[in-house]
Amino acid sequence: MAKVRIGHFVEAQILEALNVDYIDESEVLTPADPSLHINKKSFEIPFVCGAKNLGEALRRIGEGAAMIRTKGEPGTGDVIEAVKHMRLMNSELSRIKNLTKEELMNTAKELQAPIHLIEYIHKNGKLPVVNFAAGGIATPADAAMMMQLGCDGVFVGSGIFKSGDPRKRADAIVKAVSNYNDPKILAEISENLGEAMVGINVHSIEKSDKMSNRGY
Amino acid sequence: MKKIGVLSLQGGFKEHLDMIRKLGHEGIEVRKSEDFNNLHGIILPGGESTAIGKLIVDLKIKEELINQVKNGLPVWGTCAGMILLAKEIDNRSNTHLNLMDICVKRNAYGSQLDSFVTEAKIKYISTKNIPLVFIRAPYITSTGENVKILCKIDDDIVAAREDNILVTSFHPELTDDLSCHEYFINKML
Repeated sequence: MAKVRIGHFVEAQILEALNVDYIDESEVLTPADPSLHINKKSFEIPFVCGAKNLGEALRRIGEGAAMIRTKGEPGTGDVIEAVKHMRLMNSELSRIKNLTKEELMNTAKELQAPIHLIEYIHKNGKLPVVNFAAGGIATPADAAMMMQLGCDGVFVGSGIFKSGDPRKRADAIVKAVSNYNDPKILAEISENLGEAMVGINVHSIEKSDKMSNRGY
Repeated sequence: MKKIGVLSLQGGFKEHLDMIRKLGHEGIEVRKSEDFNNLHGIILPGGESTAIGKLIVDLKIKEELINQVKNGLPVWGTCAGMILLAKEIDNRSNTHLNLMDICVKRNAYGSQLDSFVTEAKIKYISTKNIPLVFIRAPYITSTGENVKILCKIDDDIVAAREDNILVTSFHPELTDDLSCHEYFINKML
């Protein structure tokens, strides 16, 4: 997996030429376009994109994203934003499922999302692509919590690499995702992991400095 | 109604469980030894063979899985599942479950960009063409004498059976076609 800046389609072309497995069009990097994301339909390589609510997820899928992840707040080790984004997405999904057909176009308008994807959710009650948790996951329990909230998988970066023993923590987080519903195993694998990353409280970050506000 | 386990540590287990339930059977997520109780068969899904291979050791279910299959439990490995079952892996000295007399090549078609969908008939499984989804797939480079080859694509072996073990390089669980699951459940269990 390799990251490109939001909207930077030439970086994506280069990564595709390098034959990477997939591309993350990521808010962690400074956006390259003031209003547009990459038209991911013009690429063969699959893309993952961040979203903090359903409308954003559906706009990215409409542009061709093959996978979605919560934005969370990357680099903080504070899981609260990822939880917020996942809960919001879940409640919007169940709300749309329970709407009448007549209400769908207005919902598409409200969420600024493609109508055909709103219709898909109304029928199936879920996103048409997988949804990962990302942005602030730092412990095995965080990872398991995101899985119990309905994510299909978990991305962890600094939560592992800025911890005291990255190897051990990576190993434990992988096992936590496999056994996310088994508190006994979660307790065992959470032992002796060394220092967790030094966290940053999301509430101490100015709104304008939040990476999750990047993207359109 | 049969009880069919799907190894659910990593990879595409949910999709297999959906197919099993669509065919009216009970799908069980297998993560620990107790989950093997009274299974009629088990599916090893696609995913990352290295990650799954490590997890079955760390979570202490590797021996149970080997014993169950040696004692006749029908097993079907798709993609990474095929690699787990093989007795030989091209360019690697280590194997995982070491149960089926085949040599497999990992990422045999190349990287993600070389993933593809095609169609073919599969001996004993389908009389018409069915969709075959290959995602960074392995294929079989050689087989032992008791292994029946079920399908080849461009001369490469992508489906085979040896007694109670079935393997496919491709992912039937990612299509709407139920033939492979029907074969495994109705003919092997």
